[in-house]
Amino acid sequence: MELLYSICVGVLVACGVFLILRARSFPIVLGLTMLSYAVNLFLFASGRLSINQAVILGASPQHADPLPQALVLTAIVIGFAMTAFSVILAIRARADLGNDFVNVQGSNSTVKKAGSKK
Amino acid sequence: MQHLVAFPILFPLLSALLLLLPPCGKNLKIRRFASVSFAFITLLINIYLINEVLQNGITSYAIGNWQAPFGIVLTADLLAVSLTTLVSLLTLCCVLYSCAGDDARGNFFHPLVHFLLMGVSGAFLTGDLFNLFVFFEVLLIASYSLLMHAGDKHNTRAALHYVVINLVGSAVFLIALGTLYGVIGSLNIVDMAARIPKLTGDDIFIAKVGGSLLFIVFALKAALMPLHLWLPNTYATAMPVIAALFAVMTKVGIYSTIRVYNLLFAPENGALASLGQNWLWYGGLATIAIGTFGVLASQDMRKLIANLVIVSAGTLTALISLQQPQATAAALYYLLHSTLVCAALFLFADLIARQRGKVADRITTGRPVKQGFVLGFGFFLAALTVIGMPPLSGFIGKIWILKATFQQAEYMVFWPVYLISSLLILVAVTRAGSIVFWQNNPIDADKNDTQPAHPMQILATYILVFVSPLLVIFAKPITDFCLQAAMQLHQVSALTQTVGGL
Repeated sequence: MELLYSICVGVLVACGVFLILRARSFPIVLGLTMLSYAVNLFLFASGRLSINQAVILGASPQHADPLPQALVLTAIVIGFAMTAFSVILAIRARADLGNDFVNVQGSNSTVKKAGSKK
Repeated sequence: MQHLVAFPILFPLLSALLLLLPPCGKNLKIRRFASVSFAFITLLINIYLINEVLQNGITSYAIGNWQAPFGIVLTADLLAVSLTTLVSLLTLCCVLYSCAGDDARGNFFHPLVHFLLMGVSGAFLTGDLFNLFVFFEVLLIASYSLLMHAGDKHNTRAALHYVVINLVGSAVFLIALGTLYGVIGSLNIVDMAARIPKLTGDDIFIAKVGGSLLFIVFALKAALMPLHLWLPNTYATAMPVIAALFAVMTKVGIYSTIRVYNLLFAPENGALASLGQNWLWYGGLATIAIGTFGVLASQDMRKLIANLVIVSAGTLTALISLQQPQATAAALYYLLHSTLVCAALFLFADLIARQRGKVADRITTGRPVKQGFVLGFGFFLAALTVIGMPPLSGFIGKIWILKATFQQAEYMVFWPVYLISSLLILVAVTRAGSIVFWQNNPIDADKNDTQPAHPMQILATYILVFVSPLLVIFAKPITDFCLQAAMQLHQVSALTQTVGGL
């Protein structure tokens, strides 16, 4: 289970980083979302992975660590708010700047290159 | 007043909410009046809290009466309360300044400023790493919105950069926290400090990874050398009054580094002692160098001041990495002085830009500034302070920094970098000031139809500037205070006893 879990986290982080490095606003928002999913999974695992253990003392023979679950909950809420903000900002940037490139200098040359290749 | 420690966080929250409600929400005059008075009350609360901490020593407050290490504690030591006072003073001045019209250029300026104040104060006071993350997010989301205040195209792009880089930073922060919690089993900073020496085997290396990740996040917030690139553009495109307020945001990163570095990685903490010392030291020096080049290369005043903020962040980080009470005390003095003077310079840049028409704040020949004497005198004082020339607080800070580093073997590296950087800053700031104020087209002088600065703006800016002479006149008590704060910080055992439950 640990192996599968860590592979999931790793793949999510890799996808997130790749998408963020695309330097266009929509992939970046997707990348940030994936990164925050990976972070949530990672935080959850910091209390050790266990099966059939309640977070309440006495409800099961052994108990799981409740704190990471509280941390994940907080991180999810904050991540949700931040994603909402970045989506709105990306839409505003698209409207203000006329394109979805994050960098100024790269924008024109990238467009030309992409156009000429096609 | 055992609940007093929570007031610097709760009161700005309450005032921000009140500012959104009907009597303040609709009427601009009432809103301004309420905002200024709330900021003033927050400042008074903070001063009262300093007084309490001076008399009773470190005070800790368990939120909801959940004792440490299970609940979240707020810890008010001298370092934390002096910084919350600093930020509330800065907020008061910025709110005063904005009342001259900047606050009406977008929505919700005043509530957002108070939310920012709440986040920054919370980050200073909290004794729990996860809670620190939460307050970081509070101050960041307020700062995102403030950055967009009255924004145009350039502003949107700078905001996009700032938001993306900070969201990535938050993700790294959470990973660092998860790593540390996984091996140490606690998130209360004092409790963690007590548990770290007991780590064994592979856990030590995992904790090192977690600690290093934490430093990366703090370096991002503090704008250290490879991670400083977001700062100049963000600060130069934000509205100047907001940039002035942001002058304290890099200090949040610096403060978090001080806290974590001196508690979790204190010299007596076994395998993790002084983790990342070299990185902080050379990172700080490189930041001073790159910031100085930025200052020299700046074409307009706001970029120049943004680079000065980077230089101050570098100086502070290099000082912190020494882990000496003298150096930390010097850093605290320098921090108080540099935050206020950089804020004042941002406000002066704004006033100057408004009176020069199209040239705005670019460092070129243009029409003369309308209120040449008032602005020139203030700018002169602020420039002297930021360079570190004798009569003002920059000089005392500089001497103290040099003296504190002289006791270390590393002064052979630090002194040349710091002194050459000061010289170059002197050249750049002098050039900027003389070109803007003296090198102008006298023909345009009578055609200057710009509005003179509002008295409120002049008042707010001068309050910030005149803190510098005050820091000199009361140098003895203030340096004693800084030393006392540094001693408190370096005596981890005293903190452990106060936080209790351990």
